[in-house]
Formats: sequence, structure tokens, C-alpha cells
Amino acid sequence: MGRSLLDKVWDLHKVGKLPSGQDQLFIGLHLIHEVTSPQAFQALEDRGLKVLYPGRTFATVDHIVPTNDRRRPFADEQAEAMMQAIERNTKAHGIRFFGLGSEEQGIVHIIGPELGLTQPGMTIACGDSHTSTHGALGSLAFGIGTSQIRDILATQTLALTRPKVRRIEVSGTLAAGVSSKDLVIRIIADLGVNGGIGFAYEYAGSAIHGLPMEARLTLCNMSIEAGARAGYVNPDETTFAYLKGKKFAPQGADFDKALVYWKGIASDADARYDDVFRLDGTSIEPMVAWGINPGQAVGVSSRLPKVSDAKPEERETLRKAYEHTGFEENRPLKGLAVDVAFVGSCTNGRISDFREAARVLKGRKVSPGVTALAVPGSRSVARQAEAEGLAEIFKAAGFQWRDAGCSMCLAMNPDKLVDRQVCASTSNRNFIGRQGSPRGRTLLMSPAMVAAAACAGEVVDVRQGAV
Amino acid sequence: MSSSARLKVTGRGIPLPGDDIDTDRIIPARYLREITFEALGKYAFQDERFDQAGKARPHPLNDPRYKGGTVLLVGRNFGCGSSREHAPQSLMRMGIEAFIGESFAEIFSGNCTALGLPAARVSHEDGRAIVGLVEADPGAVITVDLDAQSISVAGRRFGFTMPDADRRSLLTGEWDTTSVLLARKDAIAVTAGKIPYVSGWNA
Repeated sequence: MGRSLLDKVWDLHKVGKLPSGQDQLFIGLHLIHEVTSPQAFQALEDRGLKVLYPGRTFATVDHIVPTNDRRRPFADEQAEAMMQAIERNTKAHGIRFFGLGSEEQGIVHIIGPELGLTQPGMTIACGDSHTSTHGALGSLAFGIGTSQIRDILATQTLALTRPKVRRIEVSGTLAAGVSSKDLVIRIIADLGVNGGIGFAYEYAGSAIHGLPMEARLTLCNMSIEAGARAGYVNPDETTFAYLKGKKFAPQGADFDKALVYWKGIASDADARYDDVFRLDGTSIEPMVAWGINPGQAVGVSSRLPKVSDAKPEERETLRKAYEHTGFEENRPLKGLAVDVAFVGSCTNGRISDFREAARVLKGRKVSPGVTALAVPGSRSVARQAEAEGLAEIFKAAGFQWRDAGCSMCLAMNPDKLVDRQVCASTSNRNFIGRQGSPRGRTLLMSPAMVAAAACAGEVVDVRQGAV
Repeated sequence: MSSSARLKVTGRGIPLPGDDIDTDRIIPARYLREITFEALGKYAFQDERFDQAGKARPHPLNDPRYKGGTVLLVGRNFGCGSSREHAPQSLMRMGIEAFIGESFAEIFSGNCTALGLPAARVSHEDGRAIVGLVEADPGAVITVDLDAQSISVAGRRFGFTMPDADRRSLLTGEWDTTSVLLARKDAIAVTAGKIPYVSGWNA
């Protein structure tokens, strides 16, 4: 019986078994940001410990960064204190920092892959649940809490229990107008927001390996929304081509040595899986997560579900979703009015996302009364989008073109919903209050769908061009 | 520095109904802008407990019957969403010492163990029964016994489950893992030397 990528990566990085029964795992790449790291550095200093492998941790700032005015000191004193803390901590401990003035700054899950820090066969951890993103390159990557950040800083290892592996095999190809965002929302809706607890998801099949790298990043990013702490795609030619020439990727002869390792780390054809889930890629349509978690989602041509039709265990959360959103049961999804449109985040803040949205926006205008924000996931994405003329298309359509950061995904910076606003958003969570207003509402969708909704002022099917 | 063993938690319960309660509801992101965890106890479930004018809303954590409770009784998939340790930190700092629920999100559950807070899993039926007993008598004392792996309340006993490693860590007091991991510094270096990308592609 063959081994999965998870088996191979796990065994290679295993330091030993701990008294608790967990494994001690070496973490090859540790990414940190300003929000969840200061308490870990403090804990380290309280114990008189040093960072054991400072060269294996990289830092950036994203969550609290204002996207319209980056001048220091920030107007928000708490954000300023947080910024100073990461500047101080990275300097004191000799950690490479892509700070506010750096051309490499951006959302941690955008810059890891784009700089080539993220590579196949690595173990990667970051104090952020969307670390699952990095699995798109064939790494084993998961989000951790602050106590675990402290563990990595002090030891470069974590105490972990080996997850089970569920292979998610998507056959066929995705139809025109359907993106990997739609695919992952569909997977979450099918398997549930808690269906992945205890699992890592291995995404496989022709529909997956046909996806370009950035689409795979979007897919793996939302694994955590399915309850799976990690998700990955076995590395293939798309992966290798993506990495070639990236700043921190192996160069020259090292690249060829790396290729041998990367190819060998992929799951064997006869690998053993704890579960297999199959999905027909051609059956997927643009999806919208309309409720209070990403699993409460329907295809764009559908109606919102009736509580009475739902599985008994889902009814309570569904009732809560209707109570919060105020939407009517059984109404068509299309036609739901939107007040705000947001393109960005670690899920959909990459150059391909802006290209997709710009294709829809070109020659069109945002509906009067809709506030529209385009927020590149990194400085590099911003530069590229500006060079390609995408920024101009967004601005001409009536979008505000902002600087790199997490922005309206999670409301730790000035970009927030107000009161009962409904936001068509390319982000990853429609949790109550997530976008900054306790009464606000979030509709998760692909960049193209958000662009179409921005122009129509309501949810439309981007494939119908009915804008 | 080592943590201390957690053999049992004893205290009154607070029923918190609902499934899939996410970390943004537990601790809204705006409170994550503090660089320490110290003040977080004030903010747990802030937007559910208070309206925008700061007026208290009906909520179990505002209910005088449950004041002083230390065992939070939750539903399914509690703590889903973000990895923010701020979520269990805020609950711990408001006085919560243990959780009883049908299931917990993985990162949240791991964060609880890292703080020495047991998260006990019970069946849907047992969860309802425990909530029923506490609602009938909010003064009832709940004991979560990690060694016996049982919950007792109002003269009734229930079994619970928990990942073995979490239970063992709590029982041995090794839930604060840094010193346990650091004790194997030599083994860490040996493993690092075998990983091709760590050793400079020369392994």
C-alpha cells in the first residue's frame, strides 16, 4: 500500500513521539503577522528563551494595515502599537520582516507563495487559520494558536496529532464562468462546515489538476471553512512552473535537486485514504454563501433553503441565519440587493482574481449606491494590476482602488460594513459581525460574481451577462 | 516552566445554545488589536451580550442565574473559524474553566488544551440532558473528571470523549508544550538535517 503526501511529509518531519501520544513535528516554514505573534514573543521573553531557528520564520503585516492611508503613526493607536511590536520583535530576534515600507508586504497567505517561500513537501504553520492556503503547492500547512507560535519560535516544532486524509476527487472540468471559489464553496456545502474535523483534505482529479496555481490557492484557502485544518494538492508541472524563478525558490542546480524531492513527495497512485469523496466538476455552478457560515450556500440559479427541508441537525443554525439576515426562506438567490462589493483577501486577492473581476467590469459602472472596494492582496499584486491597466478598469467602473491588506475580510482595520449593509464579498467568512458590523450581512462569491453584483446592485448570474 | 496537572474541574454550568458558534462571535476581531490577552475577559461574546448602545441583551452570560458559572455548555462545532487563541483566552479570563459540547473545531480545541482548559465531547442526547439539569437547577455543581472520563451533575453521570493526547496532556500537566518540545533539542537538529530543503538540498 502506497503513502499519501501527508504520510510522507509527516514522517520526514517527525522528530519523535511525545509522552502525550502526539508527534513532535519539525516546521520548515513559519509565517507570522502582527496580530497573533506579540503575545508569543512576550511568552518567549518571559521564559528567557530565544528563537531557535530565526531563519525559518518570516514576518509581514496585513490584518490591521489601513488600505487608504498608510502614514505612520496610524490613526488607530492600538494598530500603531501592534505595528511597533512586530517591528521590535522581528528586529530583536533577527527575523526577516516584510514591513509596511517593503515592496514585498502583503497578506501572509498571498506573499508566501508569490515569493516562493511556500514549496512542495514543506511543513508550514502560521497563527492564522487560512494557512491551509499554502497546501496548494503540495505542502502540509495549518493554522495554529498563539501558544503554538511560542512553541515554534522556541523549538521550530509542534506537538501534533496526525490527521486522517480525505481525498476529494473532482472529475471533469469546471464550466466557463465557474471558478475554484465556487468549487470550494460547493465542497463545504456538501460536506458541511464541520465535516472536515480531524481530516486533511487532498484535492485531486482532473478538475483540480486542470486549475492554475492561483485557483488552487483559493481552493486550499477555504479548507478550514470545511473544518479541515489542512488541504493540499499534489505537486505537478503547474506547481513546478509556478515556482521557477521565484525569489525564495531554489535556484539553478538546487532547483533540479528540489524537483526530485518535490516529485517524490506526491501521493503514490495506490496511497491509502481514510475517506474518499467524489464530485462531478461539470455539475458545479457559481455559488453564493448567503447565511452565517460558508456552508450555507446555494447555486446561483437556486432558491434559499426552507428550514423545514433541512437536515434536523442543520435547522437551528439555519433558523439563526434567517433571523440574522432577514432574508426570506425559499426566495430566489438572484435579486438579493447588495450595498457593498469587496474584491480582495487571502482567498481572492491575487492577480488572476483582479483579472477575472476586471473582465466583467470593463466598460461597466458600479450601480449607484453601491460602495465598491478593490484591495490587492500584496504590494506585488498591486504593482502588477496597475501595470496591466486593471486598476484603471476598476477605478473607471467606480471601485476604490486601495493598498495591500486584509481590509474588509475581517474588520480589524478601518474598512468595515455599516449597520445592515449587505456585502458581496470575495472573502472567506460570512460569520455574524465578521465584516465589522454586528448587524451586517455577507454574501461570499467569486471575484467575477462580485463584479457582476456590484454593477447590477444585486446578485446576478455572471454567466448570463445580465448586468 | 511547567504547567500543572488538570485532574478535574468543578463548578456551575452556563448553557449556551446554538451550533457552529464561530470565533468571530466569541471575540469580535476589533478586540484582537490589543497586544496582550490580559483585558480580553471583558469582551467575550460582546456583540451578542450588548447592543450597540452598550445595553445588556438577554444572553446566558448576562443571566444572573448563571453568574459565576465556570463550565460552558455548548452545541456542535463550537469555536469554528479563526485560529485566534483570543477566543479561549477571553472565555478563560472571564472565568470559564471547562467546556462540554457535542463537538469542537480543531484549532479551538487545541488552543483550549494549550491553556489547560478541557473540552469534553458528549453525545447530542447527553448534552441536552446536562443542559436540562442545569436549567432546572442553575446552582447544580458539575464535575468534569478527566481521570475517570466522566461528568457528574445533580446525581447523574455521563461519559465523555476527548482526543487521547489532550486528555493525557491535561492529566500529566504537560499541556504547556514548550518545555517538553525543547527538551529534545538534539533530536530536533537531527531531524532538521534529514530534510532536504532545510539542509540546503544536500540531505
